Amino acid sequence: MDVSAPATSQTLPPQRSGGSPEAVVELSGVRFSWSGAPPFVIDIGSLRVARGERVFLRGPSGSGKSTLLSLLAGVITPMEGTIRVLGQNIGALGGAARDRFRADHIGFIFQMLNLIPYLSVVENVCLPCGFSPRRKERADREGGTAQAEAVRLLEHLDMGDAAVLRRPVTELSVGQQQRVAAARALIGAPELVIADEPTSSLDADRRAAFLDLLFRECAREQAALIFVSHDASLAPLFDRAIQFADINRATGPAPALV
Amino acid sequence: MILALAVKSLRNRKFTAVLTVLSIALAVMLLLGVERLRSESRESFAATISGTDLVVGARSSPVHLLLFSVFRIGNATNNIRWDSYRAIAQRAEVAWTIPLSLGDSHRGFRVLGTTREYFEHFRFGRDRKLELAQGGPFDDMHDAVLGADVAVKLGYKSGDSMVIAHGAGDVSFSLHEDHPFRVAGVLERTGTPVDRTVHVTLEGMDAVHAEAAEDAFDPLAAAVRAGADEHEHHTEKKTDRAITAFLVGLKSRGAALSMQRLVNEYSGEPLTAILPGATLLEVWEIVGAAEKTLFAVSALVVVVGLAGMLVALLTSLSERRREMAVLRSVGARPMHIFGLILGEAAFLTLLGIALGIAALYLGLLAGRPWLESRLGLFIVVGWPSAYEFALMIVVAVAGVLIGLIPAYRIYRYSLADGMTIRI
Repeated sequence: MDVSAPATSQTLPPQRSGGSPEAVVELSGVRFSWSGAPPFVIDIGSLRVARGERVFLRGPSGSGKSTLLSLLAGVITPMEGTIRVLGQNIGALGGAARDRFRADHIGFIFQMLNLIPYLSVVENVCLPCGFSPRRKERADREGGTAQAEAVRLLEHLDMGDAAVLRRPVTELSVGQQQRVAAARALIGAPELVIADEPTSSLDADRRAAFLDLLFRECAREQAALIFVSHDASLAPLFDRAIQFADINRATGPAPALV
Repeated sequence: MILALAVKSLRNRKFTAVLTVLSIALAVMLLLGVERLRSESRESFAATISGTDLVVGARSSPVHLLLFSVFRIGNATNNIRWDSYRAIAQRAEVAWTIPLSLGDSHRGFRVLGTTREYFEHFRFGRDRKLELAQGGPFDDMHDAVLGADVAVKLGYKSGDSMVIAHGAGDVSFSLHEDHPFRVAGVLERTGTPVDRTVHVTLEGMDAVHAEAAEDAFDPLAAAVRAGADEHEHHTEKKTDRAITAFLVGLKSRGAALSMQRLVNEYSGEPLTAILPGATLLEVWEIVGAAEKTLFAVSALVVVVGLAGMLVALLTSLSERRREMAVLRSVGARPMHIFGLILGEAAFLTLLGIALGIAALYLGLLAGRPWLESRLGLFIVVGWPSAYEFALMIVVAVAGVLIGLIPAYRIYRYSLADGMTIRI
C-alpha cells in the first residue's frame, strides 16, 4: 500500500514556509501559562517530530504533558513562540480553523472513556468523518465508504468480529474500547496521532498487544505518533523517547485548570 | 450531523427524554385545551341567538334572564303575565315576538312552550333559521317539535307519541299518559341548546300543568306545587296564562334602547328587558376572571414542564463533559457542543408540542359528546386558530430559550476543558 505520498489537503494546505518539509510537529520557543502570565507551565525551546516517527513522551502526571497536547491540538494557543503542525502555524489560525485543522490532521486516543456511549462501534470510529470532509473523503477512498473503512480498521485491530461490532460500546472491555478509539484516531489517515496514556488502564499483556496493533496501523497510514505515558518500561519500543522534563524548562506549578 | 447526534443521545437517555416529552405534552395539551374551551364556549354562546333585539322576563338580573331564557341554564324565578306580554307585543315598534314558557322536562331534556312564531322568527349562528329535518311545526295543541339531540337520544321520529312530565330534572314529579304529545317534527341540528329542547305549544303546556294540578291525591305533587308558586297552573282562562320570557324582534334596531327602557319602566308588573349581545358581554366579564386564572395556571404548568426539561438537561451535563471532550478531540467546535444541547432541548420541546396537540385533538374528539350533553358546549374540532399557533410558537421559543441555559454552560465547559477528560 502506498500512502507515503504527501497528502494534499483541500481545506487547509499546510504551509511549508518556515518549517522543514518532513516535520509533522515543530515547536520553537513555546511558552504557555493558564493564568496568562508567568510562571509558565510550558516553556519548550524546540521540539520536532518527523513524519511517521514514533515518539515516546515521558513525565510524571501534573508536569504539563496534557497542556502540551492541548497546545498541539490547537485547543489552546501559546503565549509566545510558534507551533507548526504540518508546517501550519496553528497559533495564527482562528478558533474555528484550529478545530477544523485538528479534525483534518490529528487523531486522538485518551486514557479511558474514549467512546460516545450512545453511538455504535462503527459510528464511534466514523465520528471524525462527520467533522472533517477531508478525512471522510480519504476514508471513502480507502475503504469504499467510511463505514467499510471503519470495519477494515477494526479488523486490523482484531475487532472485526460481527458480534463485537454489534455490541453497545459501553459493554466492550476496556481493551476493546481502546482499540475502537485507536481505529477512530486512524480513520481518514491523519498525519499525526496523539495518544495520552492510552494503555494505563490495560494490563501488561494487553498493553503490549495494543501497542503492537497501534504501531502497525500508524506505520501503514504513515502517521507520526506522539505517545504520552509515565510508564518508562514502554520507552524502548519507540523510535525516540523524550523525558518531558528535559524539553520543558518551565518551573511553574502544575496546571490548575478552571 | 449534530442533530443526528442529539437524537441518538436522547435515545440513549430514553427514560428521562420520554418523561420530559410527556410533561411538556401534557402542559401543552392543558394550555391549548383551556384556550380551545374558552374560545369555543364563547363562539358557541355567541352563536346561540341572533336577530333577537330584546329578551324580556320578570324583573331579575340581566345575566340570569339571558342564561335561563336563551341557554337553558338555571330556572326563572318569576313569570310574566300574559296580558303584559300582549301589551308589549302589540306595540308599533315590535316586528315579532316569541313567547317562551320554561320549567318542565322530558326525560332530562328541557321542555319549551312556545308558538309557531318560534320556527318562523328564531335565528341562531349567522342569521340561520331553524330548519325541520322531518315533519313540520305545530299543527295541534298536542304537537311537539324535537331538537336534533332529543330525537337521536330518545329515538323519536315524526309521528311518535311522547309524554311530558311536569317539573325540571331527570325525575319528574308526575307523569300523565292521558294526553300524550305527538311528535310533529324534528329540527335540523343547530349546535345550540335548541338541539336539546322539546318544543310544545303553550296550550299543550297548559294542559300538562292542568293535569298536574288535578293530582290532589298525590301528596308529593301537592307539596311540590305548594312550594312552587312560580309554577302556578292555569286551566280556566287563557288570559291567566303566564310565560317565563319572550323574545322581541323590532322593526328598527335603533329602537332597541328606547324599547328596553320602556319595558323596564312598564307599569303593569316589574319586567326586565335585555339586549342579548350586551348581556353576553357581561357574562364574559364575569367569566373572564376565571378564564384568566385558568390560563395563568395552564401557562404555569407549561413553565413547570419546561423547567423539568431544564433540570433533566442540566443534570446530564456533568456526566457528559467527557463526551464533550471526546467530541472536541475529533474536531467538534464549541459551537457544535452548544448546538448539540440546544438541539436536544428543541427536539424535546417540539416533540412535546406535537404530542400535546395530538393528545388534545384525541381528547376533544373523545370528550365532545360529554361536553355537549353535560355542559351544552358544542366544540368544533377544526384547525388550530392563529392564536393557538401563536401559543405553540411561544412554547417552542420558550423551550429553545431554556435550552440556551444548559447549552451555554456546556459551551463554557468545553472551552475550559478543551480535550481534558474530566470525571
